[in-house]
Amino acid sequence: MNAQATPPGLADRVREIVADYADLEGPLLPILHEVQAAFGHVPQAALPVIAEALNLTRAEVFGVMTFYHDFRSEPAGRHVLKLCRAEACQASGGDAVAAAVRARLGVDWHGTTRDGAVTLEPVFCLGLCACGPAGMFDGRLLARLDPAAAEALLTEAGA
Amino acid sequence: MKDFVLPDDRDLGTPARKGPPVTLTIDGFAVTVPAGTSIMRAAFEAGIPVPKLCATDSVEAFGSCRLCLVEIEGRPGTPASCTTPVAEGMVVHTQTARLKKLRKGVMELYISDHPLDCLTCAANGDCELQDMAGVVGLREVRYAPGANHFEDRCGEAANPLFLPKDDSNPYFSYDPQKCIVCSRCVRACEEVQGTFALTIAGRGFDSRVSPGMAEPFLQSECVSCGACVQACPTATLSEKSVAEIGTPDRSVITTCAYCGVGCSFKAELRGDELVRMVPWKHGKANRGHSCVKGRFAWGYAQHRDRILKPMIRDRIDEPWREVTWDEAFAHTARRFREIQARHGRGAIGGITSSRCTNEETYLVQKMIRGTFGNNNVDTCARVCHSPTGYGLKQTFGTSAGTQDFDSVEQADVVIVIGANPTDGHPVFASRLKKRLRQGAKLIVIDPRRIDLVRSPHVEAAHHLALMPGTNVAVLTAMAHVIVTEGLVDEAFVRARCDWESFQDWAAFVADPSRSPEATEKLTRVPAAELRAAARLYATGGNGAIYYGLGVTEHSQGSTTVMAIANLAMATGNIGRPGVGVNPLRGQNNVQGSCDMGSFPHELPGYRHVHDDTARAIYESLWGTPIDPEPGLRIPNMLDEAVAGRFKGIYIQGEDILQSDPDTRHVAAGLAAMECVVVQDLFLNETATYAHVFLPGATFLEKDGTFTNAERRINRVRRVMAPLPGLADWEVTQRLAQAMGAQWHYNHPAEIMAEIAATTPTFAGVSYELLDREGSVQWPCNAAAPQGTPVMHVDAFVRGKGRFILTDYVPTDERTGPRFPLLLTTGRILSQYNVGAQTRRTANSTWHAEDLLEIHPHDAEVRGIREGQLVRLASRSGETTLRATITDRVAPGVVYTTFHHPETQANVVTTDFSDWATNCPEYKVTAVQVSPTNGPSDWQRDYAAHAEASRRIAHAAE
Repeated sequence: MNAQATPPGLADRVREIVADYADLEGPLLPILHEVQAAFGHVPQAALPVIAEALNLTRAEVFGVMTFYHDFRSEPAGRHVLKLCRAEACQASGGDAVAAAVRARLGVDWHGTTRDGAVTLEPVFCLGLCACGPAGMFDGRLLARLDPAAAEALLTEAGA
Repeated sequence: MKDFVLPDDRDLGTPARKGPPVTLTIDGFAVTVPAGTSIMRAAFEAGIPVPKLCATDSVEAFGSCRLCLVEIEGRPGTPASCTTPVAEGMVVHTQTARLKKLRKGVMELYISDHPLDCLTCAANGDCELQDMAGVVGLREVRYAPGANHFEDRCGEAANPLFLPKDDSNPYFSYDPQKCIVCSRCVRACEEVQGTFALTIAGRGFDSRVSPGMAEPFLQSECVSCGACVQACPTATLSEKSVAEIGTPDRSVITTCAYCGVGCSFKAELRGDELVRMVPWKHGKANRGHSCVKGRFAWGYAQHRDRILKPMIRDRIDEPWREVTWDEAFAHTARRFREIQARHGRGAIGGITSSRCTNEETYLVQKMIRGTFGNNNVDTCARVCHSPTGYGLKQTFGTSAGTQDFDSVEQADVVIVIGANPTDGHPVFASRLKKRLRQGAKLIVIDPRRIDLVRSPHVEAAHHLALMPGTNVAVLTAMAHVIVTEGLVDEAFVRARCDWESFQDWAAFVADPSRSPEATEKLTRVPAAELRAAARLYATGGNGAIYYGLGVTEHSQGSTTVMAIANLAMATGNIGRPGVGVNPLRGQNNVQGSCDMGSFPHELPGYRHVHDDTARAIYESLWGTPIDPEPGLRIPNMLDEAVAGRFKGIYIQGEDILQSDPDTRHVAAGLAAMECVVVQDLFLNETATYAHVFLPGATFLEKDGTFTNAERRINRVRRVMAPLPGLADWEVTQRLAQAMGAQWHYNHPAEIMAEIAATTPTFAGVSYELLDREGSVQWPCNAAAPQGTPVMHVDAFVRGKGRFILTDYVPTDERTGPRFPLLLTTGRILSQYNVGAQTRRTANSTWHAEDLLEIHPHDAEVRGIREGQLVRLASRSGETTLRATITDRVAPGVVYTTFHHPETQANVVTTDFSDWATNCPEYKVTAVQVSPTNGPSDWQRDYAAHAEASRRIAHAAE
């Protein structure tokens, strides 16, 4: 796997997070979310710490973490743009938006621009099928996207 | 399960269920199965195999492969037969036009992402994917080449989805390109083994089997039990031996020769070449599971160190001289008879082996009692479970554990004391962990934080981390809580036990001086924790106690066994499934060697040599008088040897120099003898002091029986011819004949017939019965023709259960300023006992040397760093080994294993022993630890001696 530098104080911070959620039934997902919130991604070094604290194997934690695309093993760019690639959005012009954004940023899906400004990700349905093409920018939902709107958004984000 | 050898070894797809009968119709046939059974299993039982890939009967159904679809009249769709339970009156069709089409489509998808290199694949002919392609009639794959997991390149570029083969494990390989992601390996690791080392990483097309966090197997949490390899339907996880040799074509069911669990194995061969050992799913001790030792560590049987010719020499500083068997027997017989003529009949003796079969053990003691004419016979059980025999005989009336291993499936509270099952008895540990995952509670009483205290999905409710040597105080304090808090099962005690002895005992334990609070200083177990544990055991439902050598190998070993028995009786935890007192026997046939009359005071079946009736049986059968006085125990033999009164010994399959305590004393005893005869596979450490070496045969090379920790008599079957030409029982017989014995057994079955005819508890045992039933637990006689899974059901063997006072007497081995730490010893998963076998296999990959575990505080004050060479010294001697710093041991306690002769941890252990049975106090030695630069003088001298004494002058051919 990726040999990334372990952020200093990682184990202690992860243990704090685990302690906050340990009383929940099935605390693993909330813990992974919180770790991602704290570090911007889920560092691989965090997994054995979580496993030890929850009395699971690191295989199990790794299996859960890699199952969900939302948990990233590498830090993302400063902004994350998700474009819906599901059927309804494709039918309403999503392909054109996707093509324009990929060309504008010069990255493919899951890529991050060289200056670290934006990470582009596909997503499969945001529940906005009635007003597609849909997207999400840093957690904020976007509706009725078109190439021009996307361009404006990216310019504003400094990409 | 790769099932191509034995007809009744069929994989029925999903596990068996218990329940009321349900009748359904499958393809027009009426089938009756227990409620809860899957349609798949019902179909297999009816002889209708449903196509399947992700289902196997060692794990729960998963329903992912979509090949086992069926149609059910009155129900919509095509449900998976593995996950759909049967229902009364259900009408099922397994083969319809719709199903055929669906299955073919599924197979086509599977094969579209699978290499078509069947001819050169290790699983060719033994591959379920291949079978299913044939079964569903797959004739073409219409998908165009595209993204896949099996080509290392796509066009010019490397295929990012391709993962190279992982050969890190010495015994099996993981080849991801062959993987169909059926999850059978992941589920076997979880459900069968309980290690949870594997997972499916990613999702959808990205799904991959991942050991740990996509690590090589060897670096992951994998313990190499082989369950995943066995579960794999393809060549993805497969034994390297199969890849190397080819698929086996015949098999023999036999019994593992490692620990006391006594797992049944299917030895699979080509010709007489062993290809692999696969756990036998009908084995009643292991139920189809195995560990890294039995499954994989059998390479020692073909190791170049095996000695295959008899050898003799006059003095131990001479090189060995190879001789013929006849010469060896004549020479040994002459030397033994000369010694007896000069020094008396009692100047020779012998040691039976807990590694050899019942029949072989019986013959050795027969030779000693009948042909040597004395009772100087002892066995390695002396140094492990002799207190179990004594303690349980005194309290219950029989020298053995009370349950079968299946019993753990019904236990609610389990006490593990002085045992480390995940390392020492791994297959039992897996069965225990399965029960713990179902909610049973666990109490661990051990100075170390063993894996069971806390490891994934298992957490002990209480860990009583006592000081080594205080078992009796802790157990008596638990009894104090049970008695004083009114938790005694009085109805049971009144009905089943000796009431007077109970009252004495209750008054004794209730004394405030024996309360947890009073003994806390001594035992270092917090009183509140101990009280909670005692309450849990007494009130938590079925309470079962499992214990090991951490109980017996103490100066109060027998007392501790009796304290355990007292607890079980007081709480009514005896005489039904799910409860009991269960010694975890160290070696494959410790139970059997004890049963077979290996002790100097007992004839087979634990009848004292004073017992005229018992003696008369053998005297009339053997036609020779038997000495009515007990003979010498191993330590007595050595003492007498040093004193010049004991001169010759026949040691079958035991390495007393390495395994017995106080190595210097053992060496001195052996050196003082005139004729030391060692029968073993290898020139072991004891053989460096021997004058005659008789080559032994491995368990693969002979017929016989082993008796495991649950009193189960399992057949050992000859898989290949003995490499030295004779099986061990033949060697003993020929030696006895050379000394004048008139016995002529043609097969071990005849020896078992003699055992059955002379020993009441074995009266019903015969090879015919064992072949028919698979195995049987003694007592097996007219009263219990099928054997006895649970003992003491309606009454104790001795009548009323007897409570015995268990006064705590501290060992004489004390810490002081010179030796401030307590050393305790144990085993590790990958190695076995003195390591003679496992060290000669790739198991040393996991454990190449003995390490000294020391607490960080103790290490720091001594300036000891991780991995540093340290000197370990006691009043007896000193050795050196590397230290590892861990808080698994408490401050003041250090721990090591004794698998390697270079370390010889027993140079350090003392000659203190159990008051009743002389079982050595391995588990408590006061020591000092300090950094050092090199090996101790003893290690240097011994290494030189060992090298010199192993020279062999090969006969000119």
